[in-house]
Amino acid sequence: MASTKASKEQKYDRQLRLWGDHGQETLENAHVCLINATATGTEILKNLVLPGIGAFTIVDGHTVTGEDAGNNFHFLPTALLSFFLIVLFVQNRAQAATEHLQELNSDVSGNFVEEGPDKLLDNDSEFFHRFTIVIGVQLPESTCLRLGSVLWSASVPFLVCKTYGLIGYMRLVVQEHTVIESHPDNALEDLRLDQPYAEFQNHIKSYDLDSMEKKDHSHTPWIIIVAKHLEKWLSEHNGQPPKNYKEKEAFRQLIREGIRKNENGVPEDEENFEEAIKNVNTALNPTKIPSAVEDLFNSEQCKNITAQSPCFWVMLRAVKEFVHNEGNGSLPVRGTIPDMIADSQKFINLQNVYREKAMQDAAAVSKHVESLLQSVGKVWPESIPEKDIKLFCKNASFLRVVRCRSLAEEYSVDTVNKDEITSCMDSPDSEMVFYLMLRAVDRFYQQHSRYPGVYNYQVEEDISKLKACVNSLLQEYSLNVNIKDDYIHEFCRYGAAEPHTVSAFLGGSAAQEAIKIISHQFVPFNNTFIYNAMSQTSATLRL
Amino acid sequence: MAVDSGHRDGGCDWDGRWNHVKKFLERPGPFTHPDFEPSTESLQFLLETCKILVIGAGGLGCELLKNLALSGFRLIHVVDMDTIDPSNLNRQFLFRPNDVGRPKADVAADFINSRVPGCKVVPHFKKIQDCDESFYRRKCVLLNKHLIISLLSYEDGVLDPSSIIPLIDGGTEGFKGNARVILPGMTACIDCTLELYPPQINFPMCTIASMPRLPEHCIEYARILQWPKEKPFGGTLDGDNPEHIQWVFERSKERAAEFNITGVTYRLTQGVVKRIIPAVASTNAVIAAACATEVFKIATSAYIPLNNYMVFNDVDGLYTYTFEAERKENCSACSQVPQDLQFPPSAKLQEVLEYLTENASLQMKSPAITTTLEGKNKTLYLQSVKSIEERTRPNLCKTLKELGLSDGQELAVADITTPQTVLFKLNFTA
Repeated sequence: MASTKASKEQKYDRQLRLWGDHGQETLENAHVCLINATATGTEILKNLVLPGIGAFTIVDGHTVTGEDAGNNFHFLPTALLSFFLIVLFVQNRAQAATEHLQELNSDVSGNFVEEGPDKLLDNDSEFFHRFTIVIGVQLPESTCLRLGSVLWSASVPFLVCKTYGLIGYMRLVVQEHTVIESHPDNALEDLRLDQPYAEFQNHIKSYDLDSMEKKDHSHTPWIIIVAKHLEKWLSEHNGQPPKNYKEKEAFRQLIREGIRKNENGVPEDEENFEEAIKNVNTALNPTKIPSAVEDLFNSEQCKNITAQSPCFWVMLRAVKEFVHNEGNGSLPVRGTIPDMIADSQKFINLQNVYREKAMQDAAAVSKHVESLLQSVGKVWPESIPEKDIKLFCKNASFLRVVRCRSLAEEYSVDTVNKDEITSCMDSPDSEMVFYLMLRAVDRFYQQHSRYPGVYNYQVEEDISKLKACVNSLLQEYSLNVNIKDDYIHEFCRYGAAEPHTVSAFLGGSAAQEAIKIISHQFVPFNNTFIYNAMSQTSATLRL
Repeated sequence: MAVDSGHRDGGCDWDGRWNHVKKFLERPGPFTHPDFEPSTESLQFLLETCKILVIGAGGLGCELLKNLALSGFRLIHVVDMDTIDPSNLNRQFLFRPNDVGRPKADVAADFINSRVPGCKVVPHFKKIQDCDESFYRRKCVLLNKHLIISLLSYEDGVLDPSSIIPLIDGGTEGFKGNARVILPGMTACIDCTLELYPPQINFPMCTIASMPRLPEHCIEYARILQWPKEKPFGGTLDGDNPEHIQWVFERSKERAAEFNITGVTYRLTQGVVKRIIPAVASTNAVIAAACATEVFKIATSAYIPLNNYMVFNDVDGLYTYTFEAERKENCSACSQVPQDLQFPPSAKLQEVLEYLTENASLQMKSPAITTTLEGKNKTLYLQSVKSIEERTRPNLCKTLKELGLSDGQELAVADITTPQTVLFKLNFTA
């Protein structure tokens, strides 16, 4: 019983306000693969099914154990319980989970494969190529590295997740992930007061503050007020804008003197002038291309546009061309202004000046897009619609590209990020210690075919074995760090437990990162995230 | 097919069910709470004795109930006065399209009880304010709206520690959230850190009435000015009624057209009228998980609890920040320090009442004011009991001096908005 368009709008209303209809569309076209339906895995998938991904496939060769049914919300067969007898079908985990997860949202189609990833790859090396993203949970190291290599070659994003005792771990493996809509929390306005474009200058000319009626004077937008007074200042200071605190104070004073006075010489209550004074600092921010964007301009993908270049790079190159031509060194005008005290007409007129300039700049960028595409034998606007170019220009200051190192690079002795590891471990209780312990535990599993401390009697005796793994790990990578015995003891104590609350924390975290990858909105982490439920702290490491 | 016979105690545990939890209860470890003793009894405590109250069965509530149930808690009460709405379904996963209109508490309890054998969630379809004091005598109290309930008892100004009921509070908004542990009377309470919560944005009336610039201004015009005047469907504006929203949407569009303002959409209209906060499953999952972890730590002493505030934001990567929120010295809710009340002796009691209701940091609803005069407790004004209201109403027109109040006099004020009586000290001005 799939939903109607109207019922979907209702159901997804609260999230549509975050990523819009176009974001939702990318989710509905996505096919997510989950490997291993453990508590962590099903919690991640639940948080993807609820917002409406198109489809999921669970890959898992294991059967449900009593332990699994104890910490996982998505297994228990509800109809089969009687008060005195519990009947647990020995069901495959993938199948058991698919039924319950599917039931959460009728818009989503769920599939399962009762086979482990290693066997799948043996039989079909391209099995995983079809997915938008692969999420691997509780994977042994060898399987993880093998998948990492396969998915890297196929350019399929890979998200590795693990809950180990009270520690949560995520590793994002994606070669190049572009973000146009990063939605920054605190974006600076793009007002161009330091380099007013012609149309803006003309608009300011239409104002004569001195001769205006009182009502108009009090309802003139602060942007105009600052612009007018800046003109005055520049003419009196050799074309130099206010730079230091003293000069900015003087500039504020200049604006304050512009406030109308009544017959008794007392300044009137002009809130718009107060706004102007308050906003002097941000207004005088020099218009600059953010260094992150400059770096993108200088990257290989931008310099070498080919027929295979993704749209992002074609548009970026077009913007770069714009900057060096029509833009006179600046990005296309964003076209938005903040609300401010003003009467409707003045505000709308001013807003339109910015909007029209933005449209003009976007049109110029489109021209560059067209010629770039032509130069590589492609057609415009079919290849890159105009609305995409407009969105790109509006977000030009906020573009982000995330490039994660491969697992091979992380694990190779030649390219391991020694600096990051040793500098973090200067504080021996930093979250980095948990990364090293997880690596040591993987090593233990490789050697002993089990995790340390799973059974009570093993906890004590495994401490020395785990310590040996820690030492061999540090030695192999020539890491001159010290890991406190307490952590080795704690990781034996964990006994590879997967407590539900830690799984749930990772479930939310990983799901949102997956949504970022799918939608290309908001910025994913790069590249390792550690969560410590003991202290409720976390860290992002680049490994 | 594996068959496992049930035990008489819980009646429904199977082999290995609590393995993931037991490792934290039955094994010693280097990072446990100093009070922690590994024992097989801790699990029994969770399963049979520990009582939890969950306030709210919405985005955080559903996640919390699941988390608690799968961590071993069985005696859970959940309070929620709301019914299920279609817009809940993208994250409140205990509800289905068929459940729309039914009470959240009831449906949530049913779902958990049938999915997690042995769990006994008891629903309460009512307002938390309508529950009496004895209802709160639980081991841990969980909040997921910003409500504080405290049943602390003080003897001669000294707090009785056994009266402390720990509160774990969580809040989310879009991709941001926070989780905090409150031990009332000991750690910072919600009022201690009220400045951390930004006030709601309300547009100035003159902007709405005569100088709209944004589509939101046009919507507020239709909602605040046009609706009460035209009363298109009779009574008050119901944000959940699509016909009402449609009407506001159309009036807003007309207003916007008058002023050449673009951007009025149905979605924006609904968002402004209902003050909608965007929400996703993932943030609720994260915050509820952190809260449940803290409940587990406090109930079992397995680890030292969060001290005491964690914020989370996953707009750009994932960011958490954990710090100890400090108690505000003169917090009106938890400090027991009398708040300053400055009035001339010629001020009428009515003015004091207005101050208590209109002051931004108090915002009381119908405060009851009492004091001690000549060694006896005297009610100066009380609104909620009709007979007392009639008897004390004349006091409102009397001056503070006429009422026999002196400089430095302590007034005790009780109100629905504060957990305990707030003490004020009269400071006579000229």
